[in-house]
Amino acid sequence: MIGELLVQGGTVVDPTGTRRADILVVDGVVAAVGEAISAPAGARVLDAGGCLVAPGLVDLHAHLRQPGMEEAETLESGSRAAALGGYTAVVAMPNTDPPVDCASVVRDVLELAATACCDVHPAGAITQGRAGTRLAPMAEMAALGVRLFTDDGAGVQDSGVMRRALEYASGLGVTLAQHCEDAGLAAGAHLHEGAWSSWLGIPGMPAEAEELMLARDLALCRLTGAAMHFLHLSTAGSVALVRSAKAGGLRVTAEAAPHHFTLTAACAASYDSVFKVNPPLRDDADVQAVKAGLGDGTLDAIATDHAPHPQEAKEAPFDQAPPGMLGLETALSLALAELQLPVEEVLALLSWGPAAIAGLEHEHGGPLTEGRPANACVIDPSASWVVEPERLASRSRNTPYAGRRLTGRVRHTLLRGEPVVVDGEAQR
Amino acid sequence: MTANLLSIADLGAEGIEELLRLTDSFVEVSERRIPKVPTLRGRTVVSLFYEESTRTRLSFEAAAKRLSADTMNFSVATASVTKGESLRDTVVTLEAMGVDAVIVRHASAGVPWQVARWVDASVVNAGDGCHEHPTQALLDCYTLRQRLGSLVDRRIAIVGDVKHSRVARSDVLAYTALGAHVTLVAPPTLLPPSLEGWPVEVSHDLDAVLPKVDAVEVLRMQKERQTEALVPSLREYTATYGLTRDRARLLGDDAVILHPGPMNRGVEIAAEVADQPRSVVTRQVANGVAVRMAVLFLLLASGAAP
Repeated sequence: MIGELLVQGGTVVDPTGTRRADILVVDGVVAAVGEAISAPAGARVLDAGGCLVAPGLVDLHAHLRQPGMEEAETLESGSRAAALGGYTAVVAMPNTDPPVDCASVVRDVLELAATACCDVHPAGAITQGRAGTRLAPMAEMAALGVRLFTDDGAGVQDSGVMRRALEYASGLGVTLAQHCEDAGLAAGAHLHEGAWSSWLGIPGMPAEAEELMLARDLALCRLTGAAMHFLHLSTAGSVALVRSAKAGGLRVTAEAAPHHFTLTAACAASYDSVFKVNPPLRDDADVQAVKAGLGDGTLDAIATDHAPHPQEAKEAPFDQAPPGMLGLETALSLALAELQLPVEEVLALLSWGPAAIAGLEHEHGGPLTEGRPANACVIDPSASWVVEPERLASRSRNTPYAGRRLTGRVRHTLLRGEPVVVDGEAQR
Repeated sequence: MTANLLSIADLGAEGIEELLRLTDSFVEVSERRIPKVPTLRGRTVVSLFYEESTRTRLSFEAAAKRLSADTMNFSVATASVTKGESLRDTVVTLEAMGVDAVIVRHASAGVPWQVARWVDASVVNAGDGCHEHPTQALLDCYTLRQRLGSLVDRRIAIVGDVKHSRVARSDVLAYTALGAHVTLVAPPTLLPPSLEGWPVEVSHDLDAVLPKVDAVEVLRMQKERQTEALVPSLREYTATYGLTRDRARLLGDDAVILHPGPMNRGVEIAAEVADQPRSVVTRQVANGVAVRMAVLFLLLASGAAP
């Protein structure tokens, strides 16, 4: 957006620290940061009184469903939800139909992304068709800017294939991200294996299904020297594995999703498939371990795993309903309320931590200083609101937090200086 | 009691006792020359069976008819689900026709809970996947009480594929609510992965358990469990966990044998054991109708029992 805009009265929180400051944006770039900047004539003023002004949030893990599943979500609706949640960049998962496993589909997504309410960066598949056997053309996708590759929705089961993928990727300067799930141990499962799945008569996947593949991949990182990112880790054992891998010097990063630090397997007792998600909701000890991992730096990012599904799909019997829940519009509030961490650390997990993993640190998540792109969000930390599924911007309604009162909400979001969200309302 | 019967846990000990008392009066009705009362005249009961079941469906139908309710049948082979209609649309359509109770059987656990969220009619769980089968547990309790009197401190073994058994889950809740001690006997692969919170003991030695019990409930062994590699072979299962003729001799003189049916004679139970006087399998079926009359009466009727 061409023009001048002043974010006035807020407290800036970014990787350089926290201070009371106004921010003047000119032509999409931060032009001045200071305690009392007066608005130039004709400049638009956004009130940030009592609010935090932070770099825009970055989601490493959203299913925006395009191409192929537009009844659930589109880049337009999903990016609007993201902007309302404070995000200025989202990594879109490649398990679309067709999957993002070649340059032409990457181009399709990038074309749709051009008009989205936030930056959308497609992740590419590691293997052709996400089938786990032959490598996808990662170089041609990397040439279009793809930085993260994953077969998310499934893990790459074959250790030999995964080794080759890591070796190949390390030559391209891209990162592979794994959905850790051993297919044999997880076969037929719809819940976490434990007391609840046993009583409810629904097959569960043990925590070890995740931990087994994670442990294998850590061994492959050691073997190949490649860097790797781990998606939506959900168990205490996984957190411990990453903690010791990092202590051992492996170049690995990991994320956790808000539902894995706010909900447990007990939620499924009502057989409401809105609580069906993969990895499944775990036990309380896992929730505590994920929180601890986010607090001590073992886990580098909070990622939403935003996974919209149409209502009719979610109304199928529990064992036939697709896994996944919405996340983009609730992640920040949940992180602020549930993690009991200083706001600077919460924002590191939501903004500059994931920005670095996605290779977006030059555009997103960086310090709000002169000359930087004005990708920012203004957060009212005391705003109280109730999650109403029908009022969410997503095309789908499958939030597990319906009716829940949350504290902390995004007031404004700036995408390269353009106010895409003002006073909690999407502007496009 | 709630307007639904989804789980034995909804009833608690008092609710079970109340239903068993009511069942007495419906057993009496069933023994009349014309076993029919006008209690539910003008009420409509629909059976919504998404899974093959002859005995449970017929038992509910007989129960509803003996109470003079109008009955409708919806079974998967004949119905619009084959045309792609969703569960919710089907249920809402049925309710729009005016039904007072929906009897639900489905191969997926939890479906009766979903149905109960969508309709105002009373919902009765007639078996949901590997989860619960509350009316079976009630008829098992009723049958055992006929033979054993009170279940307080009685010892009951449940033998076989507990992991996939909705009967076992409901029976564990019902038997223990009435004061019995339950032992699950099965190979570890046929037990649920976690028994945390289950008020049961576990054994892998049927021979050691049989002499100590007042009743043994034999679960149906599905042939698929062999292809899933949960047991090496049905022959080995029969050898280790089948209620063979020799094993049945380990039972005390007054011990009772139950089986929810349909039986795989020669697999989990020997044919001649199934036909012994101590076997109450046929009695279970007869009591099933009376128990289901009691359930429908409690959910739908106002006024005193006949």
